Amino acid sequence: MADDTREAELVTPAADAAPAATVVVDGIAPPDTTPGVVPDVPPGQDQGVPPVPARRGLRALLPRRSGKLTAGIVLVVAILLFTFVAPFFTQDPRSTANERFLPPSAEHLLGTNHIGNDIFAQVAYGGQGSLMVGLVAGAIALVLSIVFGIVAGYRGRFTDEALSLVTNIMLVIPGLPLIIVISAYLQTRSLLVVAVILGLTAWPGAAIVLRMQAKSLRSRDYVSAARVAGERTPRIILVEIFPNLLPLLTAQFLGAVLLAILAEAGLSFLGLGPSGSITWGTILNQASANNALSLGLWWWFVPPGLLIALFGCGLALVNFSLDEIINPRLRLGPAAVKSVRKARKAGVGAGDDPKETVAA
Amino acid sequence: MSTLEVRNLVKDFTIRKGLRRTRLRAVNDVSFTLEPGRTIAVVGESGSGKSTVARMIAQLETPTSGEILLDGTPSATRGRGLDAYRHDVQMVFQDPFASLNPFHTVGHHLERPLRLHEVARGREALDARIHELLERVNLTPAPVFAAKQPHEMSGGQRQRVAIARALAPGARFLVADEPVSMLDVSIRLGVLNLLARLQREENLGVLYITHDLATARHFSDEILVMFRGNVVERGPSDQVILDPQHEYTKLLLSAAPEPANHGRLREEVRRELAAAGAGEPADRDRFGTRGL
Repeated sequence: MADDTREAELVTPAADAAPAATVVVDGIAPPDTTPGVVPDVPPGQDQGVPPVPARRGLRALLPRRSGKLTAGIVLVVAILLFTFVAPFFTQDPRSTANERFLPPSAEHLLGTNHIGNDIFAQVAYGGQGSLMVGLVAGAIALVLSIVFGIVAGYRGRFTDEALSLVTNIMLVIPGLPLIIVISAYLQTRSLLVVAVILGLTAWPGAAIVLRMQAKSLRSRDYVSAARVAGERTPRIILVEIFPNLLPLLTAQFLGAVLLAILAEAGLSFLGLGPSGSITWGTILNQASANNALSLGLWWWFVPPGLLIALFGCGLALVNFSLDEIINPRLRLGPAAVKSVRKARKAGVGAGDDPKETVAA
Repeated sequence: MSTLEVRNLVKDFTIRKGLRRTRLRAVNDVSFTLEPGRTIAVVGESGSGKSTVARMIAQLETPTSGEILLDGTPSATRGRGLDAYRHDVQMVFQDPFASLNPFHTVGHHLERPLRLHEVARGREALDARIHELLERVNLTPAPVFAAKQPHEMSGGQRQRVAIARALAPGARFLVADEPVSMLDVSIRLGVLNLLARLQREENLGVLYITHDLATARHFSDEILVMFRGNVVERGPSDQVILDPQHEYTKLLLSAAPEPANHGRLREEVRRELAAAGAGEPADRDRFGTRGL
């Protein structure tokens, strides 16, 4: 009922506003505007909005196309396609029916290893394992950094103190030794266990960045305005603050995936990786354990190493173009440097001839 | 009679400097009563506590002591009581570039309070109400503006969106914290006239926070002059402006850019500097507030 009455009040503003036109505000009689409307804003002056083809909503957050982004996406997508499509066309990566130490040939594109596994099949299949570890660890790190970063930053006070304490403790614990200790302690390690361990140690840095960002965002007027409007805290975090952190979160997620893949390769190389699974790291571990380098068996260690490097490079390139959204000055930086250089060449720079100014 | 009353409002901020903690009294014993259809202006320089008063009334800060009474009952600070309070008391922020979330459309900004305060339900009713609000603040064609992002609009347009948002729940009292100080001089009057028109239409009680004495006189019935957290002078607006009693009010008035005062402040500063140069300590405690 209350709603109805208010609606009735609001539905007839024109009738209420009509007498208002006769009220002369500030001694200025309303000019030839339609009666019933006080000329709050001169028409045509303020209404003219430049027809900029603006990007809306989520699209505004997408990076603009650039060489970096294209190269990064091509690398990442190509490697993803390779690891998920190639296994359908290769033999079983665990098959030992082949000759040992075969060099690359038409039949075995990347030759075979010490027990006759086809290395092309191993690399393709191992990519899935590496990516799985990366994604799971990245997701865990993302969730933890959101909880410990954004919630701490927004809530402040006691929550902040408690969550920051945990973050700081995790931050100063050296990551790799901890992972090595945990991995050595666990006798059998599945891919998932390794991923969880990596995820649990990868979040504190991101959490600290997010906490500072959330602290700055929460004092923005639009967050206060949402509180005045009556929004609840979880919704303010998710709807008002979260979207403004999306580019940062994406960059952190990609960074965490990249770090997890590298860390998994490192662990596997040390022999502490997932037992019984194939990843790029375990292939490298086997290669080094069997003296592939001194025997000159390049087809054994180069492909997995190269794939790790290229995939990391691709993710890093995508991340760089995301950085340009977070900090637009990065995008303008190279152009600014170029224009300064050009100006200097043309002899119009301000600081190009300090000697002459001194001499003069 | 519905009123918004503020009684003996005090706000202390704790300033941590290393291990030492000092307390800063931002607002000291402020009381006034806001009635529908009337405007009270709070005037003062930066740091005089006027925005803190606004934020306390909007329940963004908790008063150290004192109370805020809506229709004679103390306002709740949480839960349903707070929702009910916010249904009646809304706020317009100073900076229209900061008070709208750059991520969301104008429609979203208006839709949320409508939903939260259950003014309208369902897509069609909501859209109709959003368009109506936009038309009332002269943002037409409304459907076009509802779909816009904040960064596609000028400062004046944004501030009008902010005003529409404050009106959305059907508020009876509006706290306007320097609503035009961030706007172009050329559109300030337009936005103030808009506020005045909406006030007449809805019989709003408006708390107008400003540092501009001229607009305070034009748009308010009563003026409170604040200095370092204290209300140093109050009264009907014409009386305060035409017959200032307190030294600080006189200074504020003389600082206003008026042709007759041209050069006076400069002379004053020169005199003070000359006095300081002569080794004579300038009297910095003109208002008797040093001990506060």
